[in-house]
Amino acid sequence: MNIIKAAQKQSKAIKKSKAIEMNGAEMVLQSLVDQGVDTIFGYPGGAVLPIYDALYQQDRIKHILVRHEQAALHAAEGYARSTGKVGCALVTSGPGATNAVTGLTDALLDSIPIICISGQVPTFLIGTDAFQEADTVGITRPCTKHNFLVKNVAELSSTIHEAFHVARTGRPGPVLIDIPKDIQFANGDYVGKNEVIIHTHYKPNTKPDMAAIEKAVELMANAKCPVFYTGGGVINAGSEASKLLRELVRETGFPITSTLMGLGAYPANDDQWLGMLGMHGTFEANWAMHDCDVMINIGARFDDRVTGNIAKFSPNSTKIHVDIDASNINKTVAIDLPIVADAKETIKAMLSVWRKKGYKADQAAIKAWWERIEKWRAINCLAYKKHETIIKPQYALERLQHFIDQDSRKTYITTEVGQHQMWAAQFLKFEEPNRLMTSGGLGTMGYGLPAAIGTQLAHPDALTICVAGEASIQMNIQELSTAIQYNLPVKIFILNNQWMGMVRQWQELLHGERYSETYTEALPDFIKLAEAYGGVGLRVDNVDKLDGVIEEMMQTKCLTIVDVCVDEKENCFPMIPSGKAHNEMILSPDAEKFDKSLV
Amino acid sequence: MNNPKTKRVKKYKSVYAQPPAQEANESHILAILVNNEPGVLARVIGLYSGRGYNIESLTVAETNHSEHLSRITIVCNGTPAVIEQIKSQLERLVPVLEVSDLTVECKYIERELALIKVACTGDKRIEALRTADIFRARAVDSTLESFVFEVTGTAEKINAFIDLMTALGLVDVSRTGIAAIARGSKAIGA
Repeated sequence: MNIIKAAQKQSKAIKKSKAIEMNGAEMVLQSLVDQGVDTIFGYPGGAVLPIYDALYQQDRIKHILVRHEQAALHAAEGYARSTGKVGCALVTSGPGATNAVTGLTDALLDSIPIICISGQVPTFLIGTDAFQEADTVGITRPCTKHNFLVKNVAELSSTIHEAFHVARTGRPGPVLIDIPKDIQFANGDYVGKNEVIIHTHYKPNTKPDMAAIEKAVELMANAKCPVFYTGGGVINAGSEASKLLRELVRETGFPITSTLMGLGAYPANDDQWLGMLGMHGTFEANWAMHDCDVMINIGARFDDRVTGNIAKFSPNSTKIHVDIDASNINKTVAIDLPIVADAKETIKAMLSVWRKKGYKADQAAIKAWWERIEKWRAINCLAYKKHETIIKPQYALERLQHFIDQDSRKTYITTEVGQHQMWAAQFLKFEEPNRLMTSGGLGTMGYGLPAAIGTQLAHPDALTICVAGEASIQMNIQELSTAIQYNLPVKIFILNNQWMGMVRQWQELLHGERYSETYTEALPDFIKLAEAYGGVGLRVDNVDKLDGVIEEMMQTKCLTIVDVCVDEKENCFPMIPSGKAHNEMILSPDAEKFDKSLV
Repeated sequence: MNNPKTKRVKKYKSVYAQPPAQEANESHILAILVNNEPGVLARVIGLYSGRGYNIESLTVAETNHSEHLSRITIVCNGTPAVIEQIKSQLERLVPVLEVSDLTVECKYIERELALIKVACTGDKRIEALRTADIFRARAVDSTLESFVFEVTGTAEKINAFIDLMTALGLVDVSRTGIAAIARGSKAIGA
């Protein structure tokens, strides 16, 4: 249907239904309500005052006042990632919008559906360098999936509905709507969600090509050394996708590994689970990837932290790649069998073909393959040297997991970025999808606390723990105030080694141990800091006291910071050094005799 | 003496992989049908600059006024893998309806128009007119000491014409960039 006809039909449809006149600000809120939004994270300012005025006069949408716009976006990400719904943020023009840029980029790289509404100076002032004016659509064009500048109130509600469609359809992502202040004041007819005709052309393909599915399943049935490599796409495809994935993996008997973003889609306690892969993935996962003959990638994108050296990446495998975004196919790794489709639809189709054709995996070959994998597993790559008194960060997380297991509440983990993030991915056990909120693609320090706030708001009765480093947590530390304001009992578990640990680790391995600016000489007293904001602060610096402190943290009913003073010099292993392949990873015991000049 | 702070760094190491070996670049003509909405050209160009792709020529105009569709023709170069990436990256843009790689998908016709100003007198003037005649260029403006020629053809033909005119007093050139269309009855976006 051409667009003109669509527009005519749309205007007829509007005339038929009882058009409700309201101002732009009310239209924004009505559209959000129609789209199922119950919570919005934001910060007021001059160019969004009409929307804040409308917010004040209603109770259908709960507004959460953050302390910095970046945090509004991360909180919306936490909300979205932990619920599977679209997260919403509201920021003002100029600095409000530029502060949101990091959060938008984070959501773009991790494919999180976000709607960000930004105020803009009135249309007649655009382009005049007005107070708090910034070219928001220009600035955010490369860091959103799509963005809109609304210059006519008649298009406002339909634009918002379309923005939601774009944000949640296909590969999800952030969409920004820039609304000048005069448009927020102007009156117009509201167009409901069902009356809008969405841009007829934005319809990404979600159904898999059945011929490709048949070929893929045949490859799987004949595989001798197969491996499933799954990613965030499975989680984005909804909990049903994870359920189907479990069925497929169990029926085939193949090993499975996953990216950081995909953790939880397959339960970590299962025998077929190899652990995370990549730079700090497990030895068995990386070796299985290197030596496999058929690789089944579902919803992952061959990130450079996952592949290691591309030239030496899984040299002898036939690669099946399922991705909803065609641009991920052949982007960095040559694919033998691409399937551009939704993960859930694809796994469902694979399962049905597998069952219908009565395929059985090559039992003898798979058994031999598992025997090889068990040998890699026996290396126990996550082993670390325990200490009698000094707390090793890995040990702290093992104990944390122990107490999480004892707890009857649902547990959601968010992380900041750095060594602690990798240790959390290695040592915490994710059994369900949507339980880990972490900044994978962009690696945004300061993500964890606001994401925990968004997560806790979406799941008030759940246990929400932000695993943090003492450097990362300070990047959005002001959000402690938000957590207190809304009585959010977020637990912040700081693995405090006084260093920007991951950067320090690279300086040790790659830059001749010249530790340039990675030691924080003036750290705050985190106990007093927590108390200053109105929360509880705990500290532990001895192995003997660790359990007691974690237990205490689990029982607090309010915001709690636990300052775990850990070994300063512990490095994150195993590790694929730069330029190396999956089968050249170094283990912790090797590290001491590891020739750093080789890297 | 062995203070690590004063040691000079000889070899640089990075946590990023080495750049891959480069394949030979090819030049491709892409025809892109887009919704003519504000910012659409910026989205397309931003994608090229943001991802480090090269543009050799670009033309754009609304080609379907009733449906507000514009056609962008981009000549770009890169390895076959890069060209495939460019195509699929363009296809994910929300206002992009269709991307057609004319170079690989079909036989096509390409044309460029150029306006070429030559300032000369005497014998050179006669030679300029004679050369223009060979290239089927038309003189569209004339003064006693200058001509403006309009010439259409492939980029190579225009290059050749410009080369000849250089010796005769070339002073200014304006080129449209390449427009291209598939041979036969099939249309893009149909």
